[in-house]
Amino acid sequence: MNVRRPGPVLLACLAALALVLVAAVLGERIAPYDPLLQDPARGAVGPGGLHWLGTDDLGRDIFSRLIAGAWTAIAGPLLVAIGTTLIGTALGLVAAYRGRTLDALIMRSVDLMYALPAMLVLIVVVGVLGGGYYAAVLMLILLVVPTDIRLVRSAALTQRELPYMESARVLGLSGSRIVLVHLLPNVLPTVVTNFLLDFVTALVGLSSLSFLGMGVPVGTPDWGLMLAENRSILDLNPWSVIAPALLITVTATAATMLADAGYDRISSAGARRG
Amino acid sequence: MSALAFTLRRLGAMVLLLLVLSFLCFALLGLSPGSPEQLLLGTRPATPELLATLRAENHLDEPFLMRYWYWIEGVLHLDLGKSVQTQQNVLDMIVERLPITATLALYSTLIALVVAIPAGLISGSRRSGGTDRAVTFAALVSISAPPFALGLLLLYGFAVLLGWFPVYGAGETFIEMVYHLTLPSLTLAAGSAAVIVRQLRATVIDVIGKDFMTFARARGLSPIRIQVVYLLRNSSLPMLTMSGLLLSGSLAGAVVVEQAFGLAGVGNLLVKAVGQLDIPVVQALALLTGAAVILINLLVDLAYLAIDPRLRHPRSAT
Repeated sequence: MNVRRPGPVLLACLAALALVLVAAVLGERIAPYDPLLQDPARGAVGPGGLHWLGTDDLGRDIFSRLIAGAWTAIAGPLLVAIGTTLIGTALGLVAAYRGRTLDALIMRSVDLMYALPAMLVLIVVVGVLGGGYYAAVLMLILLVVPTDIRLVRSAALTQRELPYMESARVLGLSGSRIVLVHLLPNVLPTVVTNFLLDFVTALVGLSSLSFLGMGVPVGTPDWGLMLAENRSILDLNPWSVIAPALLITVTATAATMLADAGYDRISSAGARRG
Repeated sequence: MSALAFTLRRLGAMVLLLLVLSFLCFALLGLSPGSPEQLLLGTRPATPELLATLRAENHLDEPFLMRYWYWIEGVLHLDLGKSVQTQQNVLDMIVERLPITATLALYSTLIALVVAIPAGLISGSRRSGGTDRAVTFAALVSISAPPFALGLLLLYGFAVLLGWFPVYGAGETFIEMVYHLTLPSLTLAAGSAAVIVRQLRATVIDVIGKDFMTFARARGLSPIRIQVVYLLRNSSLPMLTMSGLLLSGSLAGAVVVEQAFGLAGVGNLLVKAVGQLDIPVVQALALLTGAAVILINLLVDLAYLAIDPRLRHPRSAT
């Protein structure tokens, strides 16, 4: 695979994510209708004329709801990815560089979290204790961070034994300098991949919760919730289900593809530098 | 680390994990919004007699740790309590719904293996060819897409548009059930199949250039033998490691897939119980699935020990 210039597939992924991001930021301002506006006389009609993708059973415009729904599809997952990447990278580097007690302590807690089925914990905890979308974001950070710690730690461990790390130590550089200036750039491919994959995990997790009716409040334009609401009108206006399902799938796939390609590109760029 | 020490450590870790898990499950009742009496009352009218009975039955006047002890004792005697909504025995409720979920799990595992193993082998041995690209892309989509989105797309395509499969329900007889559960199983299988394909493909690419492969071909061994004995065997270890992860992924997947296809399985029971704050049911399901995952992880670790001789001998310094 040619890793130097981004191929058409990669550009398409970037474009798809950029579009979703624009929709998330501008939201209702670029939507043709108010996503909450009900029109019972025009319930569950198919695409055409006034409504590009038709309406749901309350007569709300599907296209406008999709645009407005980009916010919960992007905001929560981004928060989760930022949180897990920051915490996971910091703890992973510390565990690898310090070793001994701290490493053991961090890794045992990671093992503990790892042994639990994350998505089920999310459903039970958020569903029973309540709190909705943002409680789910916090919970997801807690559940996903062990994976990041593990991956960053093992990437850092392979670096620790390399000559440049030893020379840095021999030169008497401070621990924080070695970790931040020398170690961190070399585990960057792992960090970037983690960020994107955590985004996907959070997108799937949050939209699943909304689909099950435990995420965003009823009525919120949200892709997962739309699928649950519109499943009953699948035969009347199939696009009310197909469009959000496709959007979630495309967004998640684009981010995964970027993660895959990004890892290859960054790690081979490092290899070329020598 | 000797094999015995390894096994003992894992067993110890498992017991500890089960304790933590059971404690968390029990704590759910105390942590839930509303008082325990209210939660246990469910939809019944609050008479002083009933409240007194509930307090006595659930030992609500005793300290937290004692109540935990009574609960655990019950669980060990297969007494998982009663649903606060229907007053039904929780274990009976779970057993009643198990056939659908179990069939779904087995059926999807079967599909995943039957599709993923040939796909992974072909894709890895004909790298960068048309098939490889198609398989890699399909795996990428299946690994990213949430199961309910994928399920509803399949439902529209095959059930509504083509009319090949039913839109709702699980059917009565076994044959009907297999037919009804085909689309849900396909949906659930997609994620696991994708993980297996990616793993297998990577192993094949890694192994295919090795000397023993060249020798095997030079000795004139049949391609089938090479594929099965050399490629598949070498990738069985990483696949085993992943099976714990695949299991917990499928458990969560089953919950949303059952919801997407309107199936009344165990996952649907969990969603309903969580929605109605039927805490005894949630506690029982969380405990059972958590324990299942912990147990499978232990078995995977031990199987690893049995298969890979390198682990049985003291490790040299890394």
